[in-house]
Amino acid sequence: MNRFLLPLSIFVVVVGFLGIGLTLNPREIPSPLVGKAAPEFSQPQLYDQEKIFSSNDLKGKVWLLNFWASWCNGCKTEHPVLMDLAKSGQVTIYGMDYKDQRDEALTWLQRGGNPYSVIGVDEVGRVGINFGVYGVPETYVIDKQGVIRYKQIGPLYPDTVEKKILPLVKQLESE
Amino acid sequence: MKWVMLIILCVSGSAWAGEARPLTDDPAAEARLKHLAVELRCLVCQNQTLADSNAPLAEDLRREVREMIAKNMSDQEIIEFLVARYGDFVLYRPPLKATTTVLWVGPFVLMAIGATALVMTLRRRSRTVAEVSVTDEEHRRVEQLLAEGEKRS
Repeated sequence: MNRFLLPLSIFVVVVGFLGIGLTLNPREIPSPLVGKAAPEFSQPQLYDQEKIFSSNDLKGKVWLLNFWASWCNGCKTEHPVLMDLAKSGQVTIYGMDYKDQRDEALTWLQRGGNPYSVIGVDEVGRVGINFGVYGVPETYVIDKQGVIRYKQIGPLYPDTVEKKILPLVKQLESE
Repeated sequence: MKWVMLIILCVSGSAWAGEARPLTDDPAAEARLKHLAVELRCLVCQNQTLADSNAPLAEDLRREVREMIAKNMSDQEIIEFLVARYGDFVLYRPPLKATTTVLWVGPFVLMAIGATALVMTLRRRSRTVAEVSVTDEEHRRVEQLLAEGEKRS
């Protein structure tokens, strides 16, 4: 009996580590930008290309910045969630159309609806790089001082919105 | 019809020529980009370096690095630019920090545990081997068996 105790305990430890490994998502890389000032940007707007969407206009507000694209699959999953969140009026969502074709982006919004207050266009993906975006959709919660307080990698689900985004937004509004 | 084919062949021939363009016109800058890009991880296909990957993000990041090289930024500054945005994850050689100690020290700890276990087992084994004593009766029997074996062969 004693002979099997050591191999068995090693086995249990290894299985434990592998089990933890299975629950981790290697795609979710912790962002060094959470807790730091959001990068500044000034991008042309999607609808009115003459106008500029600038991060400076949003100082003193709590807002969501959602990177999306019409070619992105996760964005399809996320879209109804964003629509519901926008309708609830609990937080303003701003969009960044990431490396997209303008006409396709417009068609996408016409079909699924537009949850965004303003949409900026990041045609070459430079704003994305400054925000550390490595796959759309990604959503950032930015506070009144312009500091990134939360980053969602991948699509937003109703669960994430209820449990993480909305409580955080409420807390930030009262700060 | 043959003429049409010939024209198509000629036209398409010129299109191929554009594929294997050098990354920049300046060979020194290109060498620096290569040298940097093999040290950096592509975030989309995580087991490839920035140099190997064809993911659109890797292409964009190579473009950024190329522009920073053109601006005469040092390797250190370029790496800091990327780490500030994507974290230590982009580095294939993570720095020694509080959060990465397990990564750096872990293998040596495991090796020490293994070596100790090996030494302990070997010692225990040599002790058990030494403790075996042969009685005169057993000794005689061994001799007898060996002698029998010799006769048979």
